[in-house]
This record gives sequence, C-alpha cells and structure tokens, in this order.
Amino acid sequence: MTLMSYRQALHDTLRSEMLRDENVMLMGEEIGVFEGSYKITAGLLAEFGEKRVRDTPIAEEGFTGAAIGAAMLGLRPVVELMTINFSLIAIDQIVNHAAKIYGMFGGQAKVPMVIRTPGGGGQQLGATHSQNIELYYAFVPGLKVVAPSTPADAKALMLAAIRDDDPVLFLENLALYNTKGEVPDHDEPAIIGKAKVTREGSHLTLIGYSRMAYVAKKIADQLADSDHLDIEVVDLCSLRPLDRETIINSVKKTSCAVVVEDDWLTYGIGAEVAATISDGAFDYLDAPVRRVAMAEVPMPYAKSLETAALPSEDDIIKAIYQTLDAIGHRRSKTGPHD
Amino acid sequence: MIDITMPRLSDTMEEGTIAAWHKQVGDQVKVGDILCEIESDKATMEYEAYEAGTLTAILVPNGGLVAIGTPIAQLDNGKGGATAPAATAPAAVVTPVVEVVSAPAAAPAMADLDDRTGIIASPLVRRLAREQHLDLRDVRGTGPGGRIVRADLGQASPVHVTETPRGAAMPMASGPLVDQKRGSKEIPFTPVRRVIARRLGESASSIPHFYVTAAADVEALVQLRGQLNEQLAALGRAKVSINDLMIRACALALREHPLINASYVGDNAPSMLVHDRVNIGVAVASNNGLVVPVIVDADVKTVSELGAESRDLVSQASTKGLSIDQMSGGTFTISNLGMFGVEEFTAIINPPEGAILAVGGTKKEAVVVGDEVVVHHRMKFTLSADHRIIDGALAAQFLQTLTRLLENPLSLII
Repeated sequence: MTLMSYRQALHDTLRSEMLRDENVMLMGEEIGVFEGSYKITAGLLAEFGEKRVRDTPIAEEGFTGAAIGAAMLGLRPVVELMTINFSLIAIDQIVNHAAKIYGMFGGQAKVPMVIRTPGGGGQQLGATHSQNIELYYAFVPGLKVVAPSTPADAKALMLAAIRDDDPVLFLENLALYNTKGEVPDHDEPAIIGKAKVTREGSHLTLIGYSRMAYVAKKIADQLADSDHLDIEVVDLCSLRPLDRETIINSVKKTSCAVVVEDDWLTYGIGAEVAATISDGAFDYLDAPVRRVAMAEVPMPYAKSLETAALPSEDDIIKAIYQTLDAIGHRRSKTGPHD
Repeated sequence: MIDITMPRLSDTMEEGTIAAWHKQVGDQVKVGDILCEIESDKATMEYEAYEAGTLTAILVPNGGLVAIGTPIAQLDNGKGGATAPAATAPAAVVTPVVEVVSAPAAAPAMADLDDRTGIIASPLVRRLAREQHLDLRDVRGTGPGGRIVRADLGQASPVHVTETPRGAAMPMASGPLVDQKRGSKEIPFTPVRRVIARRLGESASSIPHFYVTAAADVEALVQLRGQLNEQLAALGRAKVSINDLMIRACALALREHPLINASYVGDNAPSMLVHDRVNIGVAVASNNGLVVPVIVDADVKTVSELGAESRDLVSQASTKGLSIDQMSGGTFTISNLGMFGVEEFTAIINPPEGAILAVGGTKKEAVVVGDEVVVHHRMKFTLSADHRIIDGALAAQFLQTLTRLLENPLSLII
C-alpha cells in the first residue's frame, strides 16, 4: 500500500498501463506539452512520445471520433475530455457511435476505449462548466460508466476500464483530485458493475457515488462519533451497470435509505436507485427513500449561491434524521446521549 | 392542502407541546407568520409558516403534547388534494390516534376509532404483520401522518427484540393515580420536567457515580472579591460573585486536568472523548425548572466576563428565553446551592459530561493558621465523577488543583 492522491493514482495507472500494453495511447486537449489541465498526464509526453500522447485541437467531436476509429482497429485509446461539460460536443460520437457499433454491426468490431472526464461543481466555473451530466451516459446501453471516489478505486477502475473491450466513460471529480488514500501496489482491476459497502451499519443505508460517496462516508463516520448512529454507506462505483444487488441487500438490512447525488434531483441517478429499492426491497422499507441532490437551477457563479445550490453536509444530515425520525429510531432509543 | 407537523426543534426533542396558537381556523397565513409557539424539552420557540394559505384545521389544541412528525394543523395552500373542508376530510380518519397526553381539552380532531379502513403502515410493517399474524388495528402509529413503523410494533415483533432499551424502564403505573386517602392531585409534567426526569433517571441508574469532597480556605478569595467589587462599583460595572470565581477556578483546573473534561460515549464506542474546549454549564433553578445554560470557552474568559455572561444567562433562563444553542455543548457542570445555606451536597452527572461539581456555601469557621486559631471563610465542594472514565486519584488531583486556585485567588485574575 502507498498513500497517494487520487490525481497521482490516475497518473501512475495510466503510465503503468502504457508500459504494460503498447496499444494504450492518450488523446486530448493540452494533455501533452501542457501536461493536462489537471496534470493527470504530467510527464507522459516526455516518456512515451507524440505517437502515444496526442495533443488534439479543441474539437471534441473530432478527436473522440478518431479515438473510436482507433479502438475499432485495435488500439486502446484513453481520451481526456477536459470536463464532462465538453462531452456535449462529442455526445453524438459517444452515444451513436462508441455505444452502438458493436451491436449494430453484429459484433464485427469492438470499441475498447476509455473517456476520462471530471465532473463536479463548487469551483466557481459557472453554469456551463459545473455540471454533473454522467446521467446522460449512464442512460445509454452499450456504454459503461464508472465513478471512483477513492484513490484505490481510481486505480482499480482505471485498470478495469482500459482492459475492458467496451467503451467506458470514466468519471472523475474536481474536488476529489487532491484527496488522499492508501492504494495497493499490485495491479488488481476492479469488477465494473460492483458497488462497495464502504461502511457497515444497521440503522440506515446512505448511498452515493463519486464525490458524494466520499462525503457520505465522512458524514457516517462523524455521526457514529457524535450521535452513535450506525449508518451503512454504499459507494455505487459503477453507474452502468448498476449493482442493484448490493443496494437491495443493504436496504433489506437497514429498512431505510437516503441517496445523495451532486446532480439534479429530477430524473436523476437517485431516482434510479430509489426505484431499484422499491422494486427489490419494498417489503423491507420502513420509510420512503429520501434523495438529496443539487438545487434545480443552472449552477450560479456567485460563491454564496453556488454553495447554496450544491447539496451540503447539513442537507444530508437533515435527510438522515428525517428518515430516522420517520421510523421512530430516536423515539425507541433511551440512551442518555440521545 | 398540506399537513403541518410537529417540528424537531432540538437534538433531544422527541415530542412538543403547543404552548399557544397564534392563528385560528380560517385565518390567512403568509410565509413567515407565526403559526404557534411550541414548547420543546428545552425552550419555547415560535413556529413560522413555510407556506402561505388558509389554516383549515387545528389538530392539536393549546396544551396538546404530540410526538414530532405528528400533524398539528392543516393548511390549504391552493394546491391539489382535498376539496372538502378539513373538518370532515377523511384524512383525519386515517390518522390513527393523535396522542394528546396532557391536553386538558378533548382534541377535536381525534380520529374516528371505529373506522379502521385506512390503516397506514410501512411496507416492512405490513410484511411483518402478514408473517406474524399481527393485528395492526391495535397498533398506534408514531411515524409521519400516523404511519405505523417497525418501532411501533413493540415486543410483538421479533425484529424489535434486538433493540434493547438502555437503563431500567419504569413500570407503568396502573390503577387510579389520584386517591382520596392521600389527597393527591395531578400536576401535568412540563416538557422541561419530563426531560429532567428522564435524563437524570438514566444518569443515576446507568452511570457509576462516585463522590469526592474537599474543603478550601476561601478567606483570601472572599477578601479579593470584596476588593474587586469595590473597584468594579467605582467604575460603574457589575459585581462578581463567588460562583463567577468558582467557574473561573474550575475552568483553569479543567485545563490542568483535561481528562476530567471528557465524555463516556457508550459501551460499544471504541474510545472516550476528551474535549479541547472548556464549556461550563451552570445549573439554574428557574421558574420553568432546572436548566443548565452553558458558558463556552470559560477558560479563556476573565472573571468579569464570566460574571456578566452568567448573569445574562440566569436572567434569560428565568424569563424562559434560553435558546437550544445556549444550553448545549457543555463539558462540565457546576451546581451551587451555597446561597440556600447548604454546606455540602452531591449532584447527578449531566450526561454526556464526565463530572459535575456540587458547591456549598462559604461559612466562617475556626481554623488553625500557624499556631493560632483564627476565623476564616471556608467552603466545601463535591465532585461527582463517572467512574468509567475517571478514577479516584484523578478526581482527587483535580480537587487539589481547584483548592490551590481558590486559596491563591490572585491566580484567578491574572
């Protein structure tokens, strides 16, 4: 195990995969000479040369399409889209080509590519640069969408994504790049489509992914200390395929759930998770599933408004207590610290 | 049409009493209008409307005590739902029982108990009822809108057995509470009294208390206080009391013995908590019962600051103006009965704190100084400590430090 940042884990994994397989190559805006907007690709141009680390024009549709073609012919391109907001320029390539080619052409060509891209608000980047639109891709059969919340998962899922024969959208998060954690030294790819119980508990299931899985774990640990709550945290890790079994098993144990997400509430990932729980754990539910999400507005620029629009830790704690209150959790306790 | 429910106003609040309705049925309500005053376990707070509309029903009258989440009124916000007036709305029927413990008047919106068609229960409860042949008609729901949740199934449900309540439960009194032979009459519990009863009962039965008493020669302290007060009076400032000096002395002693400033947080917790901040609660016998306002960061405040702050809090407590915030976050409590002529006594720990100091009055006594018998003021105080985290020697060392500070009072004002 080595303690490192999420950023470093991504960098090191890209590098080790490039060393392992000469078909792995990188494409994106300013990833070479400038070493990437978020420095994930630092030093890789110098080490591997222009053929395998390609700086592209500001033309997402063009270079994403080029990567799809390269993947069909045997390379394993890893495309960096500077933020997920810019994926909208390339969405036709991703949704109508990368996701569909394998099925539409009877399995004649696979598209083993990775699209790396960070989402996340809270950096005062304005409405068009602060979105969490991974849902658009998680919606599409033919794509895989993964969203690691820790440096260790970033490594394991990147290994899995590069080695997977399907196109994988790899969601990073601006607020997670500097977070640190222990990362295994050996290369053990994750299984795409498996969620993780990052904290076992019995009182309530708290579900999130990407930054919100990190926040959920933090809040659960904090409430264990301050309020003796025993909250189970589920990190989805993968949005498509979605690990419904882990979600359902957790709620069967706790009988209630809160889903937290950085994107908008309506039609969101949380809605899919809530429907999953309703399908699979209905007879175990003691309270309705609550969702905590961003305010339904284009992200404001002003810091105060941006903070207010994002789901806060207080919002999550409030939802947890509303749910626990609804099932009489506190009323049935008589400990001296309640 | 929306239900207005009993809000949770503090961490420890489980139920609330309607102190007074400010709006009547039929009144127009604007966002921000005060709907009613709600008495929680700690304070009375105004409950503002979050939505505008017409108040169509008051489900819990003045004085009514209900669990949080219970509907207390209905508001017609002009959106969807019932077209019939709330007084006859079937929604009132499916609310199984509005629990009104100490309401003097009959609740007008009590559910029609004969109509059992509309039992509201969570899916989990319905499954358990099916599997275990439970009759939900006999179960009172305490969830939102009267929903029956697992916790309401009580011992009838095997899944509930895992939740063993802590502490000894009081057996429910059976038979008439009031009898002529004893000439008794009922005084309804206020929420404050209810919380005192529950918390102190739990503290006394679950915390292994032990008591250590010490006495200090406070002659110098009494004289210093006299000098201080002369100067403060000359400056037109408020005087300091012996208790203010005691708060200061305790704060400094807690700094020296941080392990007293600590909490035992449960049998399953992997650790105890030691608090960095010294927040001292001062037990106050107010008109509304025992309350403990907290002076935060007492260790970094001067004696006159502590005096001013505790005087403010005490006067606020008597007028019932203390907010939840002013009564939470304490790490140690002082209870002083010296003003009643009490020499010494013991106090019950205020959880989750680790210790409480019971302070007696200053009293002139004959003491031997050198080889002479002189008359000096003396004071006794008793520390009650939680033996799960504090041992006798530590408690004794704390009192030693406290005695030293009180006997050398200049150290309190520098």
